[in-house]
Amino acid sequence: MIFKLAWRNTWRNRRRTYITMASIVFAVLLAILLNSVKEGILFRMQENVVSVYTGAIQVHKKGYWEEQTLDNTMAHDSTVMNALLAHTSVQEVVGRLESFMLAASGTYTKASMVVGIEPEKEHLVTSLDKKVISGTYIHKDDEGVMISEGLAEYLKLAVGDTLVLIGQGYRGVSAAGKYPIKALVRFASPELNRRMVYLPLRQAQYLFGAEDRMTALVLDIDNINDTDRVERGLQQAVDARYEVLGWKTLMPGLHQVIEGERAENVIFLFVLYLLIAFGIFGTVLMMTLERQYEFGVLMAIGMKRLRLSSVVVLENIMISTLGALLGTILSIPVVGYFYKFPIQITGELRETYEKFGFEPTFYFSIEPWIFYSQAIVVLCIALVLSVFPVFKIGRLEPVRAMRD
Amino acid sequence: MEGHKDRVIRTEGLFKVYDDGAVSLKAVNDVSLSIEKGEFTALVGPSGSGKTTLLNLIGGLDTPTAGKVWVHEKDISGLKKNQLIDFRLYNIGFVFQAYNLVPVLTARENIEFVMLLQKVGKEERNRRVDQLLGEIGLQDKAGKRPAELSGGQQQRVAVARALASKPQFVLADEPTANLDSKTAENLLDMMAKLNMDEGMTFLFSTHDQRVIDRAKRVITLVDGSIVSDVTREKTTIEA
Ligand SMILES: Nc1ncnc2c1ncn2[C@@H]1O[C@H](COP(=O)(O)OP(=O)(O)OP(=O)(O)O)[C@@H](O)[C@H]1O
Ligand SMILES: [Mg+2]
Repeated sequence: MIFKLAWRNTWRNRRRTYITMASIVFAVLLAILLNSVKEGILFRMQENVVSVYTGAIQVHKKGYWEEQTLDNTMAHDSTVMNALLAHTSVQEVVGRLESFMLAASGTYTKASMVVGIEPEKEHLVTSLDKKVISGTYIHKDDEGVMISEGLAEYLKLAVGDTLVLIGQGYRGVSAAGKYPIKALVRFASPELNRRMVYLPLRQAQYLFGAEDRMTALVLDIDNINDTDRVERGLQQAVDARYEVLGWKTLMPGLHQVIEGERAENVIFLFVLYLLIAFGIFGTVLMMTLERQYEFGVLMAIGMKRLRLSSVVVLENIMISTLGALLGTILSIPVVGYFYKFPIQITGELRETYEKFGFEPTFYFSIEPWIFYSQAIVVLCIALVLSVFPVFKIGRLEPVRAMRD
Repeated sequence: MEGHKDRVIRTEGLFKVYDDGAVSLKAVNDVSLSIEKGEFTALVGPSGSGKTTLLNLIGGLDTPTAGKVWVHEKDISGLKKNQLIDFRLYNIGFVFQAYNLVPVLTARENIEFVMLLQKVGKEERNRRVDQLLGEIGLQDKAGKRPAELSGGQQQRVAVARALASKPQFVLADEPTANLDSKTAENLLDMMAKLNMDEGMTFLFSTHDQRVIDRAKRVITLVDGSIVSDVTREKTTIEA
C-alpha cells in the first residue's frame, strides 16, 4: 500500500516530476561522461607513464627501494617466479639489473643509469622497442648497448661508436666495459633521455660481477586499475624476503597528479549536484507543503507518522532513482561509443599536446563504478532531502494542518 | 447516570481555551454531555460557536485545556500521540467538510485504506468494501478517483470510509457544507439509513436546517457552551 501510494503520488503532478527527473537525468549523464573521460584519460596516462620505465608493479629484495644498491640485489628464484606467474592477473615477469655508472667517450663523461634487461620480454612492460630511433633493438645475446638520444648527443656518439662504462659492481668490485652502440632510443621525458643505457641482462650481470642476480622483477598485469589489489595479493604470495611495490609507491608524483585530477572532478561534480539538489528540494518542498491538509486527514483517520513519512521518502527515492536510472541507461551507448572511438583532438591543440608528449586523444573509461556511483550519489541526495518532509510530518498536528 | 453500558461518548467539564496573551477565548466552555450507542445527533450553533473544536476534542484530534473525554468509559486524555492515532483508527470514523479522500486512490481503495491500516485480511476487506459501496449506491464508481466524482459522491465515499473501520461512532464536521441542499439531504438520508441498518452512532455538526430536521437529537452550542439539548418529541435539558 505504501508503495502504491508513493508511486501514484509521484505521478500526481506529471510535469513537475518530468522536470525534476530531467534535471537528474542531465546531471547523471553529465557526471558519467565527465568521469568516464577523466578516468579514460587518467588510465591512459597511468599506462603510458608506467610503460615508460617502472611498470605497474615491481618485486625487489626487501629494502631495495629504500637503498638502491647492487648489494640489495636478489638471486634468480624460481619459487618466486612461479608464485608471481601463478597470479591470474600477472601476464609476464621481466627481470632487470640496474645501477648508476659513469658513461664515457673521449673526454666526455656522464653519470648514467645502466640497465640490464631481457630484451625479448622488456617490451611487454615498457614499450622500449618502439622508442628506437636509429640502429636495431638489442638481442639477448648481443654484446652491444642501446643508449638514450640525449646521452648520445652529450657524449657525441652515434650508432656503431663505442661507449665506455665505469663504476662499481656487486659487493664493491670495480666494473668497467666497452660496448658498441647498437641503437639510440628516445624518451619524451628529458630526465630519462639524458641518462639511459640498456644492455642485455646477461651482459649487465657480467659487467657488475653479479652472476644470476637482479635488482627488480617488473610485472605486466592485466589492468593497471587493479594494481592495488594485485599488489596485496602478491605480497601474500611471496615470502618476507621480498617487497612488492605498485606504481603508486614507485611513482608517488604520478599518483599525486592523478589524485589531483580526480579531486578536481569531484569538486566540479559537487557543484553540479548541489544545483540539482536545489531543484529536487524545490519539488520536495512543494510536494510536502501543498499536501499538509491531506497529511492531516490521513493522520486523523489513523495513519501513523512513520508510515506517512515512509510514503513521502519513497516518493523522493522513486523520482531520484528513476532519474538516475534513466541517466545511466542513456549514458551507456554514449560512453560505449566513445570508448570504441575515442575523441581525437585536431588542429593546433593536437600539436601542443604532442609537443608535451601527451596523447592527443580523449579516451573514455567503462569502469562499472563510474556508472553506479552516480545513482548512489543521487539516492543519497534524495535521502538527505527527505529529512525535510519527515521533519515536517513529525511535527504535523492534524487539527492545525486541516485548519490552514 | 452511572453504569450506562451503551454510552459511547461522555465528556465532563470540557474546556478549550485559546490564549494569545492579550485575549483568552473559551472555544469550548464547560461542556458535559453523553451520547448513547445508536444516537443520530446534530451539533448546531452559529459560526465560531465551537462545534469543530468540540468534535476535535471528542475525536482525540485535539487536547482539552481542562476536563475529560471518555469513549466507552475509556479516558482518552491519558493517551500519548501515537496511541491516539491508533485509538482513532480503531474507534472513530471521521468525515470532514471536504477533501476527505486520498486523491490518488480510487473510491474503492479509499474505503479499503483504513482496513489496510487495521491490517484486515484481503477477503474481509473486499467483502466490506462491496457491502459499503452498495449501501452508498456507488458500485459503478468504485474505480473512479475523487476528482472524477461529484462533491456528493465524494462525501458518500468519505462516509463509507468512516464506517469501514467498524468504529464506535462517526464524527462528521459539517459533512454537507459544500453540497447543495438536495445532495445534502440525500447524504443525510444515507447516513440515517446506516444509522438504522448498522446501528452506527453519528455525531455531526451542521448549519443546514434541513439537515438538522433529520437528526434525532440536536445539541446547540453558543460561545462554546451547550444552550440546548433536544431529543425528538421531548426536551431533556434546558441550559
Ligand atoms: N487554533 C486556534 N487558535 C485560536 N483560536 C481558535 C483556534 N481554533 C479555533 N479558534 C477559535 O475558537 C472558536 C471556535 O471555533 P470553531 O472552529 O470550533 O467554531 P465552529 O463552531 O466550528 O465554527 P464554524 O461553524 O465556522 O465552523 C472561534 O472563535 C475560533 O476563532
Ligand atoms: Mg467548524
